[in-house]
Order: sequence, then structure tokens, then C-alpha cells
Amino acid sequence: MSETPASPPGLSPRLLPAGDGALIVELGEGIAPALNAAVHRLDRRIADAALPGVVETVPTYRSVLVVFDPARTHPDRLGQALLGLTEGLSQPSPEPQRRWVIPVCFGGIHGEDLDDVARRAGLTTAEVTALHCAADYRVYMLGFSPGFAYLGGLPEALHQPRRENPRMMTPAGSVIQGGAQAAISPIAMPSGWHLLGRTPVRIFDLRRDQPFLLAPGDRVRFASVPVVEFDRMAACDGLLPDSETVAGDVAGVAA
Amino acid sequence: MSSHLRVAAAGPSSTVQDRGRVGYQRYGVSVAGAVDPLLHAAANALVGNPAGEGAVEFTMAGDSLTVEGGPVRVAVAGDAALTIDDEPAPAWTSLRLRDGQTLRIGALREGTRGYWAVEGGLALAPVLGSVATHARTGLGGLAGGALKTGDRLPLRLDDAADRGELTLDPSLLPARGADIRVVLGPQDDAFTPAGIAAFLEESFTVSHEADRMGYRLNGPVIEHARGFNITSDGIPLGAVQVPGTGQPIVLLADRQTTGGYPKIACVIGPDVGALAQKRPGERLRFRAVATAEAQALHARHRDVLAGLPGLLRPAGAFALYGSERLLGFNLIGGVVTGWD
Repeated sequence: MSETPASPPGLSPRLLPAGDGALIVELGEGIAPALNAAVHRLDRRIADAALPGVVETVPTYRSVLVVFDPARTHPDRLGQALLGLTEGLSQPSPEPQRRWVIPVCFGGIHGEDLDDVARRAGLTTAEVTALHCAADYRVYMLGFSPGFAYLGGLPEALHQPRRENPRMMTPAGSVIQGGAQAAISPIAMPSGWHLLGRTPVRIFDLRRDQPFLLAPGDRVRFASVPVVEFDRMAACDGLLPDSETVAGDVAGVAA
Repeated sequence: MSSHLRVAAAGPSSTVQDRGRVGYQRYGVSVAGAVDPLLHAAANALVGNPAGEGAVEFTMAGDSLTVEGGPVRVAVAGDAALTIDDEPAPAWTSLRLRDGQTLRIGALREGTRGYWAVEGGLALAPVLGSVATHARTGLGGLAGGALKTGDRLPLRLDDAADRGELTLDPSLLPARGADIRVVLGPQDDAFTPAGIAAFLEESFTVSHEADRMGYRLNGPVIEHARGFNITSDGIPLGAVQVPGTGQPIVLLADRQTTGGYPKIACVIGPDVGALAQKRPGERLRFRAVATAEAQALHARHRDVLAGLPGLLRPAGAFALYGSERLLGFNLIGGVVTGWD
């Protein structure tokens, strides 16, 4: 999957049927920050509109899946209401956004692929770590497993194909990259992405009131911590990372 | 002491299911829930539970359950042979079991999944609002996985009152044929006209890769118009995705929330259970319906589910059918019903 950071296409909202209990509102094609920001604006609008019969929504890179109860609404009526909500979506949102600052121990036993990633990129491991910590990641969407966030914004110097041979198991909290994307694995799972480091923060924790740390549309930055700090933090139960409030999207979608 | 059902012998794949984990797909959490909501609701109705109560979905063959405490009232929906302490007992009928008695649920003669429910429900703590088991991520049910021999299932009700037992004639349930109805889209435009025609006009066979997550089908190649990768988007229940092989996969309750293959169509809700009851080797055809027809079919399906309690009869009336008829009920047999 390739990311298109250059000027995004204008929005072209389409309503797509998805069976007898769902509709998809598609705003465009491909993976681009401004397009995805418009998706999350639409998702918020749908929540705020409290349309009758809407059961849940799944915002993704460029579309929102809207699950509805056919006993409580008609797809034609719901579809019209949803299309109405796409008006003016190209405008950037002034609303502030939440950005998490996630501590990560890069390399060593927690990031076995860091050396290989650096070698292939022609960089030192310190440079790879610095690039990761300078990037402003965007949670494009969650999928694959509970709390698994697809992070866009991986610096181009680090784009690399996935591992030829997927690992059978990576521990929870693994900070990984594959193709043009980065992610943090919320639970132990197999992965073909490169293992760069690990965070002591629980991305998915059922003991919390909000079990999912990252929400669609959030921003993420990584902060490098040494292994002793990782161990100290890992011993703190219920540790939450710092978060900061950042300005909303600066760029709108070209009309 | 609270009553329990001890799993004396677990079936090949039995999981606690309800109507699924609603509201968390945006966080990557699969819905899970019963793959055949009609039979799940029937098992619950027989023991007087609400339709959404947690019940056990078993695959191909059921579990053996020994009562600890009780009495306990259970019922099995599905065409399986039952015994209570080695004496034959009927499916589709509520049964009151005493302390120490063992209900053995045998293999299904038709279909792939049956359900057993217990009056009052299982005393399990919901996870994210649901007791549905999603084994791949270890959520819900009993410790996140399938029932194991030796498990003890805690019950909400210590003692099932002595009342007349109830029975449901499964031939009154809507017949399920080889036609599976779909609404085309969301990505039907990713296929050639020949691909759409192959999908709708030819028949497909259920492969051996068929589980709660999805059913992989064998049949004519469904031709893509331009590659088979799309930008990952949400996967609705019953979505028919077509990867590069051109062979369709119908995604069911345990599906992942997002995926990157184009979806030619979605099986309508009322037919998802019918599809999931088909065994490897069984054939099926897809038939496209317009939105209006899909909505009408959904409304009728809702009426069927809501009407289940009204179909129950005192168990004594079953004698009218004779025991051979009782043991030979065939849910998939195309019997004429009031609804279809």
C-alpha cells in the first residue's frame, strides 16, 4: 500500500450498498492524510447527528461503514441523510485533536529488526529512531485485531517491503513497520512487519474504562526511552502515556 | 451452592455465543455471535430465555453435560441425537435434568451447527457488552475459547421449576434451499460483466475451508476488472470477497473488521445462517435481490424470530408425530411452511 502525501484528490462521496443492514459512504480513493481526516470528520458528524437506526460505524482510510437496524430505518432514507452529512466536508476542521506520546524502547531485545531496517535504509539505528520520533503519525483506522491502529506518516526513507518470513509471534506492545505504515501491536500476534521496538504501555487493556488507547483519527508520536526506563514503566500497572492537544488539520481537501 | 453444568466431553468446537459484540468494530473488535441466529433463538425460546441470551453453539457434534446441583432445564436446537443417562431424549424440546444426570448431544444429521441453551442462562461476565466467544482474539465466552472437557459452566438459575416441557416442530421454521440471496456491492464495479454473470448464474460448492470466520467456495472464476487489491475498508456481515484466485469467500460472524479484497456482494442477513449451515461439498447459488426485496425479506425474518415463542407447544403434543418422525426432523428439507 502506498501513501500519497502530495495534494489529495477532491472528495467524491459515493453511497455503496453493503447488504440489508449496512451502507458504505466512500469519500475517495487511496490513502492520503486529508482524505482520511475528512473520513473522521464525517464519522463525528454521523455520531453527532444521532440518526435513527444507526448501530455502529467503522471509519477506514477513505470510507465509513454504517451498520444499521433495518427495523428502525430505511436504507434510502438513511442514505440520503448520510450523503447530506458529506456536504462541506472538504473544509479542514478547526477542532483540536488528541495526540499520544508513546514511550518506546527501540532496538536490542525489544526491537530485533532495527539493525536490518537501518542497514537497508542506509542509515544508523540512531537515525532510524530519530526519524520515528520526529514523525507525526495519524491513526488512519483500526482493524485486524482489537485496538490495532494503522498509523500513516512513516518517513519515506523508512518505507520497506514486509519481512519475507513472518514472525509466528510478536509480543503485545511491539512497535512495527511494514510498507509505508507503522503500527503498535495491541496483543501478542504473528506479524510480517519489522519489529523496531516495544512500548510498555498497554494499547488494549480490558481493565480500563476505555480499553482501547488509540481511537480512529488520533495522532501519535513516539518518544525513545532506554531499557531501564522501559522496565520501570512496564512495572507500573495501568500506565497511560502522556497526551497533548494539537491543532486540527491544517490542510483541507482540494475542492 | 450454585448449580453448574460440567462438560463431561466437549464437542469438536463448542463456543458460547449471543447476538455478538456490537459497537466495537471501529476499534478492530470482531462482532462474533451465533452464525445461525434463528437456531440460536430457537434454543433460547425453548427454555424461556430472551433471544439474545448466551447459548452454546456446537459444530458437527455436541457436548456431554453433567448436572451439578439443579434441577436444570436445557434444550437443543439442531438435528442431533440426544441421550440422558443413555436413554434417548428429543431435541427441539425442553428437558429438565436432575443432579448427576448426563445429557449427551450427538452428531448433527443435517447442517453444521446446533445450539443448546439453559434456562436462566449461563453466569458469565460480558466482555465489551457481550458473552460471545471470539477465539482468535481470546475474547468472551469461557476464558475466551471453546469449551473443554472438564470445564464447569456456572448457571444463573440454581433450580429450574417443575413445569410442563415445551417443544418446537422444526418443520415450521422457514425452509432453507440452495439459493442464497445477496445484494450486489459494495465493490461490484471491481468485476467484469462476465465475472458478475459467473457469480450469479453458476453454482458454487462449499470447500473444506469453512469456519465461523468465513466460507471459502469453489466454482467458476469470478473475473476482476482491474486487480484484486482495494484500499482496506469495513467488512459487513455476509460480505462476499473475491481474492486473486477468483474464488469467493463469504465472511461470517468471526470475520475481521476490515479487509482489502473487493466485495462483489453481501449475503442478506436472513440467509447468512442458511449458508453457514451448509457442509463442505454442498452446492449453492447466489441470487441478487434489489434493496426493496432485501428489506422485505429482513422484515419477514424479524417476524419469524419474534414469533418463535408462539410456535412452542406442550411437549406432550409431540406424541402425535410419533417418535420416528420426532427423530427424523429435517430442517433443511424444503418443507412447506407458513412463511415461505
